[in-house]
Amino acid sequence: MNASEQERIAKLLKTSLPPVGGAKSAPDGTEKDGAQFGRDLWPAMLQRLQQPAAPVAWFESAWFDGALLASVVVWLTFFPAAIPVLLYHL
Amino acid sequence: MPVLEHSSLGQAPPGQEEVLQQFARGDLDAFEALFRRHQAQVYRWIVRTVRDPATAEDLTVETFWRIHRAHARFDPARSFEAWARRIASNAALDYLKSTAHAFAKNAQGWDTPDPVEDLPQPQPPDPGITQEIRTRTVQAFRQLPPKLQVAATLALIEEQPYKEIAEALGISAGAVKLRVFRALRLLRKKLKQQGIEP
Repeated sequence: MNASEQERIAKLLKTSLPPVGGAKSAPDGTEKDGAQFGRDLWPAMLQRLQQPAAPVAWFESAWFDGALLASVVVWLTFFPAAIPVLLYHL
Repeated sequence: MPVLEHSSLGQAPPGQEEVLQQFARGDLDAFEALFRRHQAQVYRWIVRTVRDPATAEDLTVETFWRIHRAHARFDPARSFEAWARRIASNAALDYLKSTAHAFAKNAQGWDTPDPVEDLPQPQPPDPGITQEIRTRTVQAFRQLPPKLQVAATLALIEEQPYKEIAEALGISAGAVKLRVFRALRLLRKKLKQQGIEP
């Protein structure tokens, strides 16, 4: 992909998705600011801080443990001679 | 209630150092002061990335929640703005990743408008580019990997400096340029598959 192709696609992208705000050059030459910040979010922040932390679902916390256990079972199934070695290290 | 903000990046206002140290110790008042000072700046960075004002507000709160949770890891000698921007970028990226799957599964995704279309839009400068082409370009862009989307959005659409994008994403400026290039190449491929010759 050469430079002129890159430029064309970038232009098409910018035409399709105009800058939200604060861009150096709006397509029509005007300053468009959709990124203007309207309201104080501190009340929402306080509400969030007061919420108890969401408990981690068992499958999120235990998936790694499960995978480890499964791999050990598979390993011992195929290599039963490793059982004494495992017991020794436990 | 007035919305305070601190616009000059890199220059700590008077009393900032003390506030940062108190924040690192877990002081809620210091956190509130930092929140009020930086919320607008964080919001603007996020809305440029996700292009949806309502989502950007939620993600601003999410960003500051992560900041609050990580207060003990913050080094007061470093820039709070840069740290906050990096956390904001991660929050925005997480959001885009979560919506990417939903978008891919959405059979009617082709008709989904860009959320920012709710905002006042400038007229398209090139009448040769039809509404259909623009819609398809947006949809093809939304199918790109979120990391590429973020880099291309910030660099090409929002015209943010590569250095700032690199700092916010925690990668080098060269890596940002590479992501932008890959985004354009992938976008061209997707558009060609739809019979659109950019």
